[in-house]
Amino acid sequence: MRNAMCRAAHTSYLSPHTFIKMGDLLNIFIKSVFIENMVLAYFLGMCSFLAVSKSVKTAIGLGAAVVFVLTLTVPINWFINEKILGPNGIFGMDLTFLRFILFIATIAAFVQLVEMAVEKFSPSLYNALGIFLPLITVNCSILGGALFMVAREYNLAEATTFGFGSGIGFMVAIVVMAAIREKIRYSAVPPALRGLGIAFLLTGLMGIAFMSLMGINPGNYMTHH
Amino acid sequence: MAEIATQVEQEKEPFFGKKERKLLTDPLSDNNPITVQVLGICSALAVTTLVNKAFVMAIAVTFVTAMSNFAVSFLRKGMPKQIRMIVQLVVVAFLVTLVELALKAANYPIWKELSVYIGLIITNCIVMGRLEAYAMANKPWRSFVDGIGNGLGYGVILIIVAAFRELFGKGSLAGFQIIGNTPDYLIDTTKNSFFSWYMPNNMMVIPAAALFLIGSIIWIQRSKNQNLVDVS
Repeated sequence: MRNAMCRAAHTSYLSPHTFIKMGDLLNIFIKSVFIENMVLAYFLGMCSFLAVSKSVKTAIGLGAAVVFVLTLTVPINWFINEKILGPNGIFGMDLTFLRFILFIATIAAFVQLVEMAVEKFSPSLYNALGIFLPLITVNCSILGGALFMVAREYNLAEATTFGFGSGIGFMVAIVVMAAIREKIRYSAVPPALRGLGIAFLLTGLMGIAFMSLMGINPGNYMTHH
Repeated sequence: MAEIATQVEQEKEPFFGKKERKLLTDPLSDNNPITVQVLGICSALAVTTLVNKAFVMAIAVTFVTAMSNFAVSFLRKGMPKQIRMIVQLVVVAFLVTLVELALKAANYPIWKELSVYIGLIITNCIVMGRLEAYAMANKPWRSFVDGIGNGLGYGVILIIVAAFRELFGKGSLAGFQIIGNTPDYLIDTTKNSFFSWYMPNNMMVIPAAALFLIGSIIWIQRSKNQNLVDVS
C-alpha cells in the first residue's frame, strides 16, 4: 500500500517536489524584481540609472538592453564558475581567484558580440539600443548579478530566473524614475537642488517605498499552501 | 574636466608642480567624482554604514584608480581602439583581484562584510571614467596623480556619509561607542540627563539615508558654488 502511494507520487505529472521547485523559481523571480531590487535595494547600476533616466523612451531602451544582457550573462557565468573555475570543473582544481577577470571578460565579450549581431541582423533595434549597449559592460548590475549568483549558490534554473528577474527589476525602477523626472521638470525645485540633487532625494524615497515590500515573503505562501 | 584632458603635454616640467597639485586637490572639491562628475555612486551607498568599511573601501578604490590609470596610460599607444575596453577591464580586474586577496588575508571580517562590493570596484564608474577621460590622453605619472586625487575625492565623501550614518544610526564612530543607553558608551544616556533625549535613529541604517545625505551634500555644495548648478 505504501509502495503504491510512493509510486503514484513519483509518476504523477505534478508531484509535490516539482510543485515546490516551480514555487521556488517564482519566489526568486518576484524577490529579484520587487523585494531585492538591484537598483533600489542594493544600489547597483546607479550611475546609468541616474544618467539615463531623463526621458521615459530612453529609459525603456536601456532597461530592455539590461534585461537581455542579464538574462544571458548570468547563466553563462554560472557555467564558467561551475565547469571551469570550480573544483569539479575541467581543470579539477579551485581556480575561483580568477573569477573577477573571467566574469568581466565574458561580459565585455558578450556585449561586443551582441552589438555586432544586432547591428547585422536588426538595424532598427541597433538604432534603438545602439548607444546603450557599450554602456552596459560597465553597469554594476551586470557584474553584480553574476557575483550575487555565486554568493547565493544558485543552480542553473535559479540563476537564469534571477538574471531575468533582476533585469526586469532594473527596468521597472529606471522607467518609474524617468516618469517622475519628466514631471518634476515643471516643479519649483530650489536651483541648487535641480537635476542631480533632487534625483538623489527621489531615489531615496523610492528606496523607502520598495522597502515596505521586504515584509512580504512569497516563499512562505508558496510552500505552505 | 574636458579642458584638462585636452591640454597639450609639454616637455621639461617639474616632477610635482602646480598642475600636479591641481590634479590632486580639484577632485576634493570642485570636481568631486561623486557630487559633480556623478561617478561611482553604487558602492558609495552600500558601504557607508560604518566608518571602518568606508575607510577600507576608499583605500582600495584609490589604489585601483591610481594603478590602473598608470598602467593604462603606459599601454595607451599600443592598444587597438576596438578592444581597448576589454584590455582596460582586464587590467582593472587584475588589480581588484590583488586587492581582494590582500584584504582577505589581512582582515577577514571586513572582507566578509564588504562581500561583493570589493569585486564591484571593477565596474566602479570612477575607475573606467578616469581611464577614458584622462589616462587615455595623458602621460603615466600625471595619470597616476589624477587617479590618487579622484580616489581621495571619493573617499572624503564616503567617510563624511559613513560618519553621519554611524554616529546617528548606531551611536558609535569608527567602532568607538560614543552615545547610547548602556554603561559601555562614552556618554551614557540613562545617567547623563543632558543627553537623555538621544535615541539611535534607525533610518540612518537603511541604504536610503545615504542617498539623502549625498543629496544634501550636493545641495550645500551647489548653493555655495553657483557654477556647478545644473541649468537643464
